[in-house]
Amino acid sequence: MHIVPFVVVVYILAVGLYGIVTSRHLVHQIICLIVVQSSTYVLLLGVGYKTGAVAPYFFDIPVHTPAVDPVVQALALTDVVVEAAVTALLLALAIQAHKRFGTLDPQELVQLKG
Amino acid sequence: MTPGQRRWIFLAALAGLAAFYLWGLAGLPGFGNYPGPYGDIINRIAVAQTKATGVVSAVNFEYRGFDTVGEEFILFVAASAMAVVLRHLRNERERDPRDATADWAVPPASDAVRLAALVFTGPVVVMGWFLASHAQTSPSGGFQGGVVLATAFFLIYLSGEYLLFRRISPVDLTEAFEAVGAGGFAAIGVSAVAMGLPYLTNFLPLGTTPGAVSSSGTIALISFFVGVEVAAAFILIVGELVDQTLLVRQGDH
Amino acid sequence: MGSTAHIAAVVTPYTIPAGIMDVLQVTLLVLVAAGATAVVLIREPVRQVIMLSAYGVLLAVLFLAFQAPDVTLSELTVGAVALPMLLLLALAKVKRREK
Repeated sequence: MHIVPFVVVVYILAVGLYGIVTSRHLVHQIICLIVVQSSTYVLLLGVGYKTGAVAPYFFDIPVHTPAVDPVVQALALTDVVVEAAVTALLLALAIQAHKRFGTLDPQELVQLKG
Repeated sequence: MTPGQRRWIFLAALAGLAAFYLWGLAGLPGFGNYPGPYGDIINRIAVAQTKATGVVSAVNFEYRGFDTVGEEFILFVAASAMAVVLRHLRNERERDPRDATADWAVPPASDAVRLAALVFTGPVVVMGWFLASHAQTSPSGGFQGGVVLATAFFLIYLSGEYLLFRRISPVDLTEAFEAVGAGGFAAIGVSAVAMGLPYLTNFLPLGTTPGAVSSSGTIALISFFVGVEVAAAFILIVGELVDQTLLVRQGDH
Repeated sequence: MGSTAHIAAVVTPYTIPAGIMDVLQVTLLVLVAAGATAVVLIREPVRQVIMLSAYGVLLAVLFLAFQAPDVTLSELTVGAVALPMLLLLALAKVKRREK
């Protein structure tokens, strides 16, 4: 159990990278990048998890209750929003590439540029 | 190099990367054995120090507030950059929305979709507002609330009212809101400096009851501004894509 | 681990027995890994976007099991709703030009 989440982190990263390299469509490639980035959330939250602890909200539980690390959660939280910003910008670039060259296949785009 | 050869070279490199990555992660204390002490200390002192019961929000908008300002401006810059990247090419022209609606190739939304979108708009606004204004008490905050608020505008678009969507969220006004959200966060930080305190110091009264909506000083206020900025940024981004899809034509169309 | 046993001794209304939690987390991790594989291997962009939305929901539930409700909300709104919407709009734009 101590290693399972980290194995999944490595697996998600690997499968996402595989998708990026073998992709024949820019939008598919962007989605694979989203998958790669999602591995970082699992890693962050996995590092901060404590067995038997609760979420760090002390609204109706005593302050000294063991709770998981709030710092990595704050990092993952903002990470998710940045992911949206990155995706939006990449999509804009993909649309513009499609307008200019009429294709979304990365290999054809490379050939067009020479 | 053929794509086949390239794939094999990549797979070899990937195997190496995965092996070293896993080796590195295996050296961590292991899942469930968080070593601390940073998170443990914050968990112990945050409630007394900030009067906020949601420690994640306290970290985001107080302890790590300076970092979150940068985070906010990433979104701000992304929304602006999208408008720059999607500027019109030389042979493009934008149709007037009122002309364009006459001969849309898009099939109109069905009555069921329109009704569902209409019914959900109100509750979604309430939900977004609740989330953006309860960062200090429960799992919520400006980031989530902002996205939910923006969704309400998309529901209006989904109910088939593109012109209404544009009328209630004109680009200029949305940009102004985005500026208020991003600027408000920065301004709270500067206000602290003007009082002779370090940047982003929590200078408002904290209240006495942890978990009350009015508690936690600037944490609640910053969360609200973040909500405004995130909502406006998402409306701008989606609006830009919708305009591209519906209005922008290339050549002599 | 002595310290782990000590932590488990504190019980709140939100505490889930460690055994059940282990099973839950491993199940969700396997599902997330399978979801990521499906997202990458589906090559038809519109179907892929729908799968991405489902993957977002899976991740959100996993984060709930990791005791991170805040990140769950964020992933639900962004990963399962906002991102697929951006991607679908971009695909609509590209498709429209291909006709």
